[in-house]
Amino acid sequence: MSIFEYNGAAIIAMAGKNCVAIGSDLRFGVQFQTLATDYQKIYKIHDHLYLGLAGLGTDAQTLSQRFVFKHNLYKLREERNIKPSTFGEMVSSTLYEKRFGPYFCSPVIAGLEEAKDGTWQPYLCGMDTIGAIEKAHDFMVAGTAPDSLSGMCESTWKPDMEPDELFETLSQCLLSGVDRDALSGWGGIVNVITKDQVITRTLKGRMD
Amino acid sequence: MDRMDLSCLESAPRSRAAELCPADLMSQSVSGSSFPLPQVQDMDAFQRDAMAYIKPNHGTTTLGFIFEHGVIVAVDSRASSGTYISSQTVKKVIEINPFLLGTMAGGAADCQFWQRNLGMRCRLYELNNNRRISVRAASKLLANTMFSYKGMGLSMGTMIAGYDPTGPALWYVDSDGQRTSGKVFSVGSGSLYAYGVLDNGYKWDMAVEDAIELGQRSIYHATFRDAVSGGTVSVYHVTKDGWTKVRGVDVGQLHYKYYPECDLHPCHGKPPI
Repeated sequence: MSIFEYNGAAIIAMAGKNCVAIGSDLRFGVQFQTLATDYQKIYKIHDHLYLGLAGLGTDAQTLSQRFVFKHNLYKLREERNIKPSTFGEMVSSTLYEKRFGPYFCSPVIAGLEEAKDGTWQPYLCGMDTIGAIEKAHDFMVAGTAPDSLSGMCESTWKPDMEPDELFETLSQCLLSGVDRDALSGWGGIVNVITKDQVITRTLKGRMD
Repeated sequence: MDRMDLSCLESAPRSRAAELCPADLMSQSVSGSSFPLPQVQDMDAFQRDAMAYIKPNHGTTTLGFIFEHGVIVAVDSRASSGTYISSQTVKKVIEINPFLLGTMAGGAADCQFWQRNLGMRCRLYELNNNRRISVRAASKLLANTMFSYKGMGLSMGTMIAGYDPTGPALWYVDSDGQRTSGKVFSVGSGSLYAYGVLDNGYKWDMAVEDAIELGQRSIYHATFRDAVSGGTVSVYHVTKDGWTKVRGVDVGQLHYKYYPECDLHPCHGKPPI
């Protein structure tokens, strides 16, 4: 079994109209044994920027701490929050540093970025383990059930969703997607990021 | 002096076919020689490669136990290949006849075929002898079949449960040829989790309703912990009048019945937000 499937994860990020959402499942397991159902795989960088890390749990925690640390240094130097697109490049170069002994994680980045016209536009990207950026305008998935998750997203996503509809769509994609994967599920959590607030809700799911 | 009966030493499937099946079409499904063998030099290597194409039903929880008022059999319904869940609605209890149940773990096709085959042979026994076969004898028919195919890659872990004039009976039979009787069994990847709950709650003189609940609960807890067990919990009760299906509950609902407050669950240490 692949090391990426050691703990199990399912992450979806989706873009809406002036909003973006990122959600994950809550299972923490070791291979086929479920150990906890309250395990967070999404890390907050700042109010308009969230990072999801799928893959090996221990590397995800290490990486999340490194990124928080790097963002703290960035804030001291620049006296502002990092832009999601800049953060994406930073994650990419951090991962490539370990080109020949990579972290066993694939990140998903979801954030809001202020455009020149003053509106807040979604920024969405995913990466492989060594930092190849894949930008998306619609949705991004990662984890042990990418086929069923992207299948759900492909058929239900539509442009310019409002926060409520975005939450509903992402939640349905997540819950249905993980039902075909043995290593993820056991409930979920979804963050909808808008200009003024972040709405976080937990989802009840099948617990098998 | 009479000659000693050595028929049991002959190739088992062949001798039974001649003895039990009058019609040629019967011997097709009973006789071991009807399965063509691949013409290869290295049979072991061929088997290894071929096993990759056989749909394994790995990822299963099944249990059975005898108590004062009969036998309880409970199973989950998930089929998975690797980490992909290929079905949530598999029937893992095989109804051999109105008094015999078999459970399914391991290779789905092996379990289905050989238990159907067992059903046929049990029926032939009834017609020949004008009485139902004992569970002991039925399980031995299956175990002997398994032994005759030993080393050929069959995969089956089953419990044969039933009721006969000697009372309730439960036998464990697997593709290695092992055959054991017992009061409590659990088979499959989730069996250790099921045993934990089952052994803790088992009492010989429990009420029927409590026994059904124990079987259901044991399977539920196994589906929670074991990633490759899940779907629905089916529970069967076997009495002197034969078996009845008494439960079929979706695990998706069962969890919230047992734990209406999410935070009370031991795996949910703190609220995520």
